[in-house]
Amino acid sequence: MKPVNQKAWLLILPVVLCVAFSAILPLMTVVNYSVQDIISPERRVFVGTEWFKAVMRDDDLIGALGRQIVFSLAVLAVEIPLGIALALAMPAKGWKSSAVLVLVAISLLIPWNVVGTIWQIYGRTDIGLMGATLSRLGIDYSYTGNATHAWLTVLLMDVWHWTPLVALLCYAGLRAIPDAYYQAASIDGASKFAVFRYIQLPKLRGVLMIAVLLRFMDSFMIYTEPFVLTGGGPGNATTFLSQYLTQKAVGQFDLGPAAAFSLIYFLIILLLCFILYNWMQRVGTADKEPGHG
Amino acid sequence: MARIELDLAHAYRPNPQRDEDYALLPLKMSFEDGGAYALLGPSGCGKTTLLNIVSGLVTPSQGGLSFDGRDVTPLSPQQRNIAQVFQFPVIYDTMTVAENLAFPLRNRGVPADRIKQRVGQVAEMLDMSGQLGMRAAGLAADAKQKISLGRGLVREDVSAVLFDEPLTVIDPHLKWQLRRKLKQIHHELKLTLIYVTHDQVEALTFAQQVVVMTRGRAVQIGTASELFERPSHTFVGNFIGSPGMNFLAARGAAEGIEVAGRMLAMPKATLSSLGAFTLGVRPEYVRIAPPSEAGAVPGVVTQAQDIGTYWLVTARVGSGASESLLRARLSPEQSIPQVGETVWLSVVGEHTCYYVNEELIA
Repeated sequence: MKPVNQKAWLLILPVVLCVAFSAILPLMTVVNYSVQDIISPERRVFVGTEWFKAVMRDDDLIGALGRQIVFSLAVLAVEIPLGIALALAMPAKGWKSSAVLVLVAISLLIPWNVVGTIWQIYGRTDIGLMGATLSRLGIDYSYTGNATHAWLTVLLMDVWHWTPLVALLCYAGLRAIPDAYYQAASIDGASKFAVFRYIQLPKLRGVLMIAVLLRFMDSFMIYTEPFVLTGGGPGNATTFLSQYLTQKAVGQFDLGPAAAFSLIYFLIILLLCFILYNWMQRVGTADKEPGHG
Repeated sequence: MARIELDLAHAYRPNPQRDEDYALLPLKMSFEDGGAYALLGPSGCGKTTLLNIVSGLVTPSQGGLSFDGRDVTPLSPQQRNIAQVFQFPVIYDTMTVAENLAFPLRNRGVPADRIKQRVGQVAEMLDMSGQLGMRAAGLAADAKQKISLGRGLVREDVSAVLFDEPLTVIDPHLKWQLRRKLKQIHHELKLTLIYVTHDQVEALTFAQQVVVMTRGRAVQIGTASELFERPSHTFVGNFIGSPGMNFLAARGAAEGIEVAGRMLAMPKATLSSLGAFTLGVRPEYVRIAPPSEAGAVPGVVTQAQDIGTYWLVTARVGSGASESLLRARLSPEQSIPQVGETVWLSVVGEHTCYYVNEELIA
């Protein structure tokens, strides 16, 4: 048998303590809330899985979850290809590349609530550049009145805000591809598309995985921008999960259902990230049957 | 396939003034159709630049080049129809071995059954038939480099195949095998091959003609024996051979030549009017001579090393300003002098070369 060095426990103790206070204890508090009915600070009743059952039957919540999934998928479908395209179009060296990098990064530096405010003004039909232009073109645009418009505006805002992150990640990934690959492709007579398909895209796998996971998690938890822009309306067209959760927990002070829902929310994100990660690890890497060369 | 003619120079920076500004000094040479060439030289001598100019990855800043008399200077690698293999393996990660090998053909719209046939042949040549269906990214470095080699050889109609130190990452025993394979392929397909290397053994065994380069200059183009017997530049004498050529300072006079403080009989009439020059003799041609033999100089042995198949004896000859070291390769059958012993070493003979300003004159 190998000798066991118990000193290792001592070395990971600081990390364990940090994680305990920053993640495990708060999470356990939520678990604690999710199985109790807190009537007043002194009176609480254990209710088992009742809150979980109630939350699962909540039509508003299922509606918010559906909207959330559609929104996150739309975010990925737009931001990832657009970010790649931007990165490919950005100059690779010289002062131009520095200038473009700074320009692209600007939207990432703006506080989230300010982003909401910017778009609130941008979309106004009287003074906003986009709103006024659209109404001049004869489109009856209103992000406060029309559910589709509101939804599209939130999506557009997220694209404006976060596509640069994808672009910067891809830009870094592209710069890391050795010149020899482009030279070999040129010798092999590869078209521009073939270079993208067989060199750039496969070499971007790592950064794209990070970009997809980041954008998925962030968009799945989106709160501030739609809160500022539309307040979740009109109706509940732009009420996403975190907003619904806040309404429940802070607005109505239903701590039990809110806690139960938080846990489900957490598990959904974990599960979807797990699926996405595994899918992206595998796609395009499987051995193929011989004879299809 | 094509005869490649070069008349060019290249500098990576604009407005080159001095020789050091050039990656490739003005150069005029040609590669014959179907020849096997090696570009040999130390790192940074411009051999890869020359190769990239031939393939079209680099456009020369002055002059140009032609394939079979057709000017190709502004053309891309695709238009020149060149194949090139790089120092480190380049493979397409998402493709199988077969798809990697087929890629250059597929890009050119070769029919599928023809592609399949060629890929099969190339895989056979490289002993990769069993790996065709495997994903290329998962293979070891040498297998990946074999794929790169295969992609260079898969097209039959190329003007030339260029190799940029392709065996750097390959195991020694496989290196030898692949080199022989390349030679065999050259023999079968009669392709023009240009092979860049800093390894003289690789260059001399692979190529019919070796271009020796240093500091942006092609100093000699010749066969292995020409480079060995008559190095046209002291750099070649030094670079080719192991160890390199011995160089001794010498001076011509009316009665003979003075080497290492000793007056030797005049070996060639042209040397008498020269004044100072350099005498070059390969360690292989330095013999232990009887004392006072014509063409021999005395030396004190400073080192005698057993290199396995031969002995390398180093002796100090001359004194004062003319003192220098002379190395001799001696066969182990003869008696090897001890360190500290004084021996006579022949330096002037039919294999001796004479240099002025590093250039061969006789």
